[in-house]
Amino acid sequence: MNLLEFQAKELLARAGIATPRGRVAGSADDAERVACRLGLSRFLVKAQVPAGGRAAADGIRFANTPTEVKQTAAALLGKRLVTAQTGAAGKLVQWVYVEEVVLDARHLYAAVLLDRSAGSLMLLLSGEGGEDIETRAEANPDLVTRIDVSRLDAAKRDEIEAAARRTGLDAATAASFAALAEDLVEAAFALDATLIEINPLALTADGRLIALDAKITIDDNALFRHADLAALRSASVIEDGDPQEVEAQRHQLNYMRLDGDIGVVVNGAGLALATIDLLSAAGGAPANFMDIRTTASTLDVAYGFELILSNPRTRAVLVNVHGGGMQKCDTIAEGIGIAMRRAARPVPIVVRFAGNNAQFALTRLKSYGVPFVEAEDMRDAADQAAAAAKGGGR
Amino acid sequence: MAILVGPDTRVICQGLTGRAATYHVARMMAYGTEVVGGVTPGKGGSSHLDVPIFNTVAEARDATSANASLLFVPPANASAAMIEAIEAEIPLVVAVTERVPVLDMVRVRQALAGSSTRLVGPNSQGILAPGIAQLGVMTTVNARKGGIGIASRSASLTSEIVAQTSDAGLGQSTTVGVGGDPVHGLSLADCVELFNADPETEGIVLIGEIGGTEEEQAAERIRSAGITKPVVALIVGQHAPAERRMGHAGALAASGRGGAKDKIAALARAGIEIVPEAHLVGETMRKVLAVR
Repeated sequence: MNLLEFQAKELLARAGIATPRGRVAGSADDAERVACRLGLSRFLVKAQVPAGGRAAADGIRFANTPTEVKQTAAALLGKRLVTAQTGAAGKLVQWVYVEEVVLDARHLYAAVLLDRSAGSLMLLLSGEGGEDIETRAEANPDLVTRIDVSRLDAAKRDEIEAAARRTGLDAATAASFAALAEDLVEAAFALDATLIEINPLALTADGRLIALDAKITIDDNALFRHADLAALRSASVIEDGDPQEVEAQRHQLNYMRLDGDIGVVVNGAGLALATIDLLSAAGGAPANFMDIRTTASTLDVAYGFELILSNPRTRAVLVNVHGGGMQKCDTIAEGIGIAMRRAARPVPIVVRFAGNNAQFALTRLKSYGVPFVEAEDMRDAADQAAAAAKGGGR
Repeated sequence: MAILVGPDTRVICQGLTGRAATYHVARMMAYGTEVVGGVTPGKGGSSHLDVPIFNTVAEARDATSANASLLFVPPANASAAMIEAIEAEIPLVVAVTERVPVLDMVRVRQALAGSSTRLVGPNSQGILAPGIAQLGVMTTVNARKGGIGIASRSASLTSEIVAQTSDAGLGQSTTVGVGGDPVHGLSLADCVELFNADPETEGIVLIGEIGGTEEEQAAERIRSAGITKPVVALIVGQHAPAERRMGHAGALAASGRGGAKDKIAALARAGIEIVPEAHLVGETMRKVLAVR
């Protein structure tokens, strides 16, 4: 789960890390009231989307009076912001963050993130910060110090302090930078965050460190022990897009809508990826990614199949199931049978069952009266589905 | 012989009294796996599936001489159960549990370092050595004893490739699911080394997918560790939608790695035969072995 800036900053503040004074607003009037309450002579109005690159996309704007804040908020709210990290569709701006302008002497960078290759938590520190930090780091690898902080013991704390001193900060500031880094590591473990990034981290003329922007990603698998963060989820996920994907999750389906015209029903993520590869090689285009989890019931499968049929683009459906473990082919067949009884329109279906109860599943599907084409193997299934979507087929 | 397991493998199951564990362990017993006990805190002294239940892994190990543990503990307690098994010096721990919080796994990796335990998983379908032992939740219908070692990140695709290698008349020495989670125990690279040292394994199949750098690491190991047996690899996800990006830290940590093309290029450079399409794994392996 990717948090929005205002949510991330609240969590940072709780971890003892300073952030500029500010408040979130959901309407232009709200934004004006927030500005009045802050009582400043200059404001930042920042579009809240879970992606970087906002400044370059004009998603962060200055305003001098509460009235200007209101006008700026009105211009941002309800629009889709397209940045280098959002994809072409952009992200809907549902909130703006109204914030004080911090006069900084210098930008730093601090982040902790999960390093999946090493199976560790990694701390990244740099004496420089800003939007193009990765470009500068590529040219100058020494710009960013990387430290494995999976176990934050005394030796690690020394290593962090040494790294902070190497950035050329004076002794007192380097000590604050190191302390902030340690707070970040502890916060990551406490929040089950796989990413906390502060970029830029401002150093003010009077030597204070203030997080100007923050990105936090929380591990979805750990939300069961963070009831407060789980509550944020509804807000973030709806903002993030497809309510069908969220609903599918409740039905034990990993579902993602794609741009093609062939519905894809597969059990297991690996087999689903393989199926999409084969389908693309056969000249077909998938309308969705679907991975039916082993815990899915017949009715969950029926829900998923109806989801595919309800997509107006769907011109054919490819079912590729390899029954194993607790997932038997006939569970999938029953689900398809139920969905097809309620279906309003006929769609050519190509089926390939293998593994547990494959033959039985074909029999079940026939007994439901579902018309389908039986494929010999995965490649044959992909070829036939691609042909069927083009109006041909055997 | 197989890798990781053998005829002398004695298995305990952590979380045996749960519903899923009961179902799968009963199937494992029917397959001939020697299951000698279970661990469920608070239920010690009882029995389940006709084997004794213990409160702790250490008690179970002392009473049964178990040398492997299969772990079905729910996500909230899974990492504590793994660490308990590691501290009890169980040589092989197989974790089936899905959705373990990933920072818990970072802590487990710390516990694993320098220990005598090999951890497989979590989010693994387990290990199957056809005709010898099953430690996991996979289907066994298409498995045949043979010479192919399969190491995989995907459970569903493993079932498929097992069927393909059986159809090609090759059979399997052992199949290992390293687990679908980003941070896990045994790696694809570790499996390649184990298979290379196993006299019964003639050829090795790697099943990888987009994300992470596990395949790149396996390629690196194949170059550096003197792997002599033929390896073929299937990488899926070449046409998958791009992952959403968040911030700059990911790019700072690993640039130019993790995509299907990066993985295929790294494996091809290591001299590994890349399977062009997912239905051709059995065929490709058969051809590679026939040439040698």
